[in-house]
Formats: sequence, C-alpha cells, structure tokens
Amino acid sequence: MSDNSVTSICVIIGASHAGASCAFALRSEGWLGRIIIYDTDAELPYHRPPLSKTYLTAEQEIASSPLKSAESYEREDITLKLGIRVSSIDRNKKRIYLKDGATQTYDKLVLATGARPIIPPVSGLEDAQSVFALRTLADVEGIRKALGNNAATKKVVVIGGGYIGLEIAASLTKLGSKVTVLERQKRILERVTSVEMSNFFSNLHTENRVRIATGKNVTSVEQKDIDQNVICSDGSAYPADIILIGVGIYVNQELAEKAGIVIGNGIKVDGSSKTSDTNIYAIGDCTNHHNPHYDKAVRLESVQNAVDQAKVAAAAICGKEAIYDAIPWFWSDQYDVKLQIVGLSEGYDNYIVRQEEKEGHCFSIWYFNGDKLLSVDAVNNAKAYVLGTRFIKTGQLIDKEKLANSTEAFKPANLVVA
Amino acid sequence: MAKITFITSDGETKELEGSSGSVMELAVEHNIKGIDGNCGGVCSCATCHVHVRPEDMEKTGPGSEIEMDMLELDDNTDEYSRLSCQLPISDAIDGVVLTVAK
Repeated sequence: MSDNSVTSICVIIGASHAGASCAFALRSEGWLGRIIIYDTDAELPYHRPPLSKTYLTAEQEIASSPLKSAESYEREDITLKLGIRVSSIDRNKKRIYLKDGATQTYDKLVLATGARPIIPPVSGLEDAQSVFALRTLADVEGIRKALGNNAATKKVVVIGGGYIGLEIAASLTKLGSKVTVLERQKRILERVTSVEMSNFFSNLHTENRVRIATGKNVTSVEQKDIDQNVICSDGSAYPADIILIGVGIYVNQELAEKAGIVIGNGIKVDGSSKTSDTNIYAIGDCTNHHNPHYDKAVRLESVQNAVDQAKVAAAAICGKEAIYDAIPWFWSDQYDVKLQIVGLSEGYDNYIVRQEEKEGHCFSIWYFNGDKLLSVDAVNNAKAYVLGTRFIKTGQLIDKEKLANSTEAFKPANLVVA
Repeated sequence: MAKITFITSDGETKELEGSSGSVMELAVEHNIKGIDGNCGGVCSCATCHVHVRPEDMEKTGPGSEIEMDMLELDDNTDEYSRLSCQLPISDAIDGVVLTVAK
C-alpha cells in the first residue's frame, strides 16, 4: 500500500480503549509512518470499567490503571497529544483543525471519539450541588471529593437504573452512603435484560441497603436552605447530598457529521470499520456497524467492541483483509456478583433459567429466538458464559430440557441435540 | 521482588522484574506481545493467557474455578494454563517462566 510509508501519518481522535488499542495494533500490523493520538482528557489513557467499581471504593488516592505505560507509547513511537480538542475535519485537504487553531494533516484518520453522558433536562439540575456523571477519571475524583472523609453520612441519589448506575450504587453503599436509585421504567435494567435478571439485581441491591425506586420520573431538583431534594413527577422527594446521573450516552459523532461522513445512530462503518470516506475509519462506542452473527446493525458500548474493532481497523489501514465479526460480550461487577453476558438478547422470544446447585448466587439465563441461542447472562458462572459463547459460535441446537435441569452435566456433548 | 521470564509467540524471551501488582500488569507495562489484559484484571476476558513452565507450577499453584472456566474460552488451554491477571507478583513466584499463549 502506497499509504503505508515512513512519511505516512495516521491520526487517531480519541485515546481510550479503542484509540489506544488501535495505535498499538497499527504497529504490530506493520504501520511504518507516524501515529498521532489526540484526546480531550489530559490523563494518560486509562481503564474505564473500574471507574464505577474499584476506583470509587479505593482506600488510597486513586491509582488509575493506565491502558499502557507512557514508555510503551514512546517505545512504539506513538505520539500522544492529550488535553487537546479537535474542532473539525477537512476531508478534501485531509487535515484536522485543533481548538487552538493548529492543524495536522493525515493520510488515514481514525475516529475513536466515544460517547458522553446524557444530562437529562431536569429543572434545577444545572444549579444543583455535587452532580456527577461517570465517564472519566475526573468524574470519579469529583465524586470522591464530594464524599469526603464521611461517605457514611452522605445521601446519594442515582438517576438511572442501568449498569453504570447500579455499579455506582453498589460501590457507594459499600462505603456506607445511603443510596437511592431512581429508575423511570417499571423495572431496573429494563432496556437490556429480562424480568428475572431485573428482579435478581433489584433484590441484590435491596439486601445491600440500596433503595430501588422504579416508575420514577425525575422532574426537578429543589434547594431548601442547605438541603437538596430530587423531585419526581408523582410528587415524591429524595434528599440528595450527591446526585449521580447514569441515564445513557450520546455518541460523539458531531465531528464526523460536520465533515459529511454518513451517520445513522452512530458513525456508519463497514465490516473493516471504514466510514463512508475511504481514508477515514471509526471504532468503538461511536460506531454503528453490521454484526454478521445477528445480521443487523448495532451500536455497542463495551470494551470488547472497542478493542476488537480497533484491531480490525488497524489491519485494514495496513492493507490487510479484516472483517469484524466478533460475538459481543460484556461484564458487570456488583457486590460479590460477577455478571458476564455473551451475545445480544434483543429479539428473544423464549428463555431458559438454569440454577446451579451451589451456595450463593450461581445461575444463568439463556435467551433464544425459537431454537436459536442469542445470548447468555451468567451470574457467578463463568462455565455458562464459556459454554454460551461456544454454542452461539457454532449455532448447535441445544436440548432446552437438559439445559434447564442443573443435575444434567454442564458439558457441550450432553447439551447439544444429537 | 520477583524475576519473571516471558516467552512470546515469536520466540522472543524477556526477563522482567516486579514487586507488586499482577503478572498481567507487569506484562502490559512492558508491552509483552499477546498479553492484552482488556478487562483490566478482573478475570472477565481471558486475554492474558500464559502457560506456566511445568516445574514452576508448584510456585504459581492452580487457578481458581472461575479462572479455569474462563480459560476454556481458549482452544490452546492445557494443564499449565493460567490467566496472568490472577497471578499476583510476590517472592513466591520468583524465577517462573511463562510462555504467552497463542
């Protein structure tokens, strides 16, 4: 490829899991030219999943775990430009413009711009005290500062009962804070999982002194003297020293959109992660791509998607054949529960619950469309997660009666329909 | 302080020293090829798979149940397989030799 020479330049916008992985993958795929990564975050790129988990509860100052050490970037000749915002892309001149007016040309451009938290239009929220979303290390530092040395005396209201909100709730109740989760839907996790799983997590949180309130549409935040209350449309009020927001994300697609790149619930990319511009790729949370296993367009928010798409884009940029066909997977850690999810359950019309004969929580939920396995939610059950991954990959038919019976051996040979 | 030797899939040998954290973190820090540690070390992704030199198994011991289950995601798993995020660095594992799984 003529594009890959020592004078070539690959610019990556966004240095989180997707952008950083792509830079290193470019080197291992044989990219000869320069690699420059920009990010608005001034921190050395770090792992994000622990933000809502161990970083919140760490006893010491947060020692964030970097994705790669500073020396690794130097060693691979990857230039990190941190704390810098890219303001526009000129596709004709193959050049990006930075906020401070400087420019940078590129031969290949990778958009790894990710997403940002939605801040819902709630009256009084803008002027409220100690309001945080959770996406960056700065958010965690803000929350920790607001908790101070007496987390146990703090009343925390989490708006949004999704995975992020629940992980924050689990972390803060561990520190002793009085946590209430307000969910607009009838059950937590409604958008992403089954009634069984919602009920399981609801009970788990209740057992751990987190108050879960569903069907709660937050309308305003009111200040009275030093007290602050989160008010819902049914008139209920929840005192809140700290308000945390976990109601979902907006994709950072504006740069691409303004440059005329095709958008559709994220930046549209093909199987090699290329956008509608042949010199521009997009990876991670900001993309909308076709998943061959499920034969549909998806936009995923996960480490797996970020890292795997990054590798595909890097190979394609280096002129190699590469198709993104990974089966998505996710995880969530709350209390002593590790939830592992493989596949996409959307479109399921029946499911099987398999409860293992063990102490503590250990079960899995298998989601099917007809007889086709779509997805598995595994709770403290890596075996189910691994088996589910196998079965989704191979497409083998599963004997559902045996699957539901925990006395039947949990082995592929025993569970497939002969 | 422990000295740990990594052998990567292209046959390269690297000797590293560490005193804290996990073997996965040490490997990522030094850019050992084939160890990604995508989940950050919480036994969720199986991208830090190593084969322990048989005579070093005594030092590392076997993996936990969840770790052994996760290892089954990989086709190259054998009786010496471990996830390096589950190997804390301490004097106890000084001198171990780990081959990064393909």
